[in-house]
Amino acid sequence: MSKIEEGLLYSESHEWVKVDGNVAIVGVSDFAQGEMGDITYVEMPDVDDEVVAGDEFGALESVKTSSELIAPVSGKVIARNDELEDKPELINEDAYEAWIIKVEMSDKGELDALLNAAAYAEIAK
Amino acid sequence: MDNLLKTTCLHDFHVKLGAKMSPFAGYDMPIQYSGIIDEHNAVRHAAGVFDVSHMGEIFVSGPDAQRFVGHIFTNDVRTLEHGGIQYGMMLYPDGGTVDDLLVYRERDPQHYLLVVNASNIEKDYTWMLEQAEGFDVHIDNQSDAWGQIAVQGPDAERFVCGTLGFAEASGLSFYTFCDLVQDGRRVIVSRTGYTGEDGFEIYAAPDQIRNYWNMLLAAGVKPCGLGCRDTLRFEAGMPLYGDELTQDISPVMAGLGMFCKLDKPEFIGREALVEQKTNGVACKLVGIELADKAVPRHGYPVELEDGTEVGVVTTGYHSISLEKSLCFALVDSAYASPGTPLWVRVRKNAFPGHVVKKRFYQTNYKK
Repeated sequence: MSKIEEGLLYSESHEWVKVDGNVAIVGVSDFAQGEMGDITYVEMPDVDDEVVAGDEFGALESVKTSSELIAPVSGKVIARNDELEDKPELINEDAYEAWIIKVEMSDKGELDALLNAAAYAEIAK
Repeated sequence: MDNLLKTTCLHDFHVKLGAKMSPFAGYDMPIQYSGIIDEHNAVRHAAGVFDVSHMGEIFVSGPDAQRFVGHIFTNDVRTLEHGGIQYGMMLYPDGGTVDDLLVYRERDPQHYLLVVNASNIEKDYTWMLEQAEGFDVHIDNQSDAWGQIAVQGPDAERFVCGTLGFAEASGLSFYTFCDLVQDGRRVIVSRTGYTGEDGFEIYAAPDQIRNYWNMLLAAGVKPCGLGCRDTLRFEAGMPLYGDELTQDISPVMAGLGMFCKLDKPEFIGREALVEQKTNGVACKLVGIELADKAVPRHGYPVELEDGTEVGVVTTGYHSISLEKSLCFALVDSAYASPGTPLWVRVRKNAFPGHVVKKRFYQTNYKK
């Protein structure tokens, strides 16, 4: 069974969001990493890039498949987890520890469209 | 669960081991157990065992068996001795590929075992029956009666000879087999595989295959799924039917002409291959190495620097053993020479690379 962390928000495309004031910390769920298998590459935007909710902001590559990363919120990228460049497997090891980007949100109202842990549990199976 | 899916004789073991299961060629098959990278490395450096019971076993016998197999198969079985194996293809008259397969020459020169891809068993069997008119042959699809495992890796011989007790297997050279009898039933052990490493494929009755599987796992051989079977065969430069060989891709286009004996007087598709060899083909299968970590996948476009599309990726990975992004691609023949710069479009960006030999990984066969 995949782990679903309480207190986070989730998108239907399996990204998680941890809200810290005006900043959204974004990663992918444990379910997503389990479905993909060994992750070998994380394609990330650069700091200061703008991301748009619902649009691709990067991609995960596992041995056997590619998966686009879809931005759960809009805003400016203020940090990216460069550790994933050399150690993409950190996502497999702990998907909730291995955040991917931090976004300064331009519209916190977009968070309302995301799922809570209980609702996400319904689709992550 | 789709109840139309077939299962192999090892299915309950896979489920109990917690394998990630997925439909493949109509079977519910294990994709991975511990992980594709871990399993891949076990085969490269130690030994792994694969359930390949889904593969098809079709026996051809009768007074015209040699002539018939020679008629439908690109390689030359007249040169096979008892215990010899050849790789080759069955072709349509236009040179397109029906399937790629192994042919085992049995003790009697008029008995052959044809091992075909799981996805093509019915198509191949029907094709053979259709071509058999005028030949005195018996074609027997025994696919459901046989289980099969592949034991692959540098330590495979130790486990097949020691753990399973098939001492005869140590004397086998690459692409030969021996016939054994266990509990009064036939067991075929061949020194073949689909990984680029030394290894064996074992054909036996389902209950025997179950025993062998358990004995190998107990001895420390790592169970391996179809995920790493694909990464291993890809690195070793081997085609997968459906990707690198299809009804529209001939062996000449795929660079497999060495398995097509055009000096044979006849076989189905021969004229088309001669024509392709003489006049050239519009596109060829090549290897491409990318300079970047982006991973080319099946279906991604291959382009020139100016964005002109000149081909398509058939299989691609970030290679586990070679640690670079590699792919097979079917490209316009004008751009198929080694060293030619080509770009692969991965999502929004085109990544530069160049044409390389398809055998990315130095294989380690015994003889």
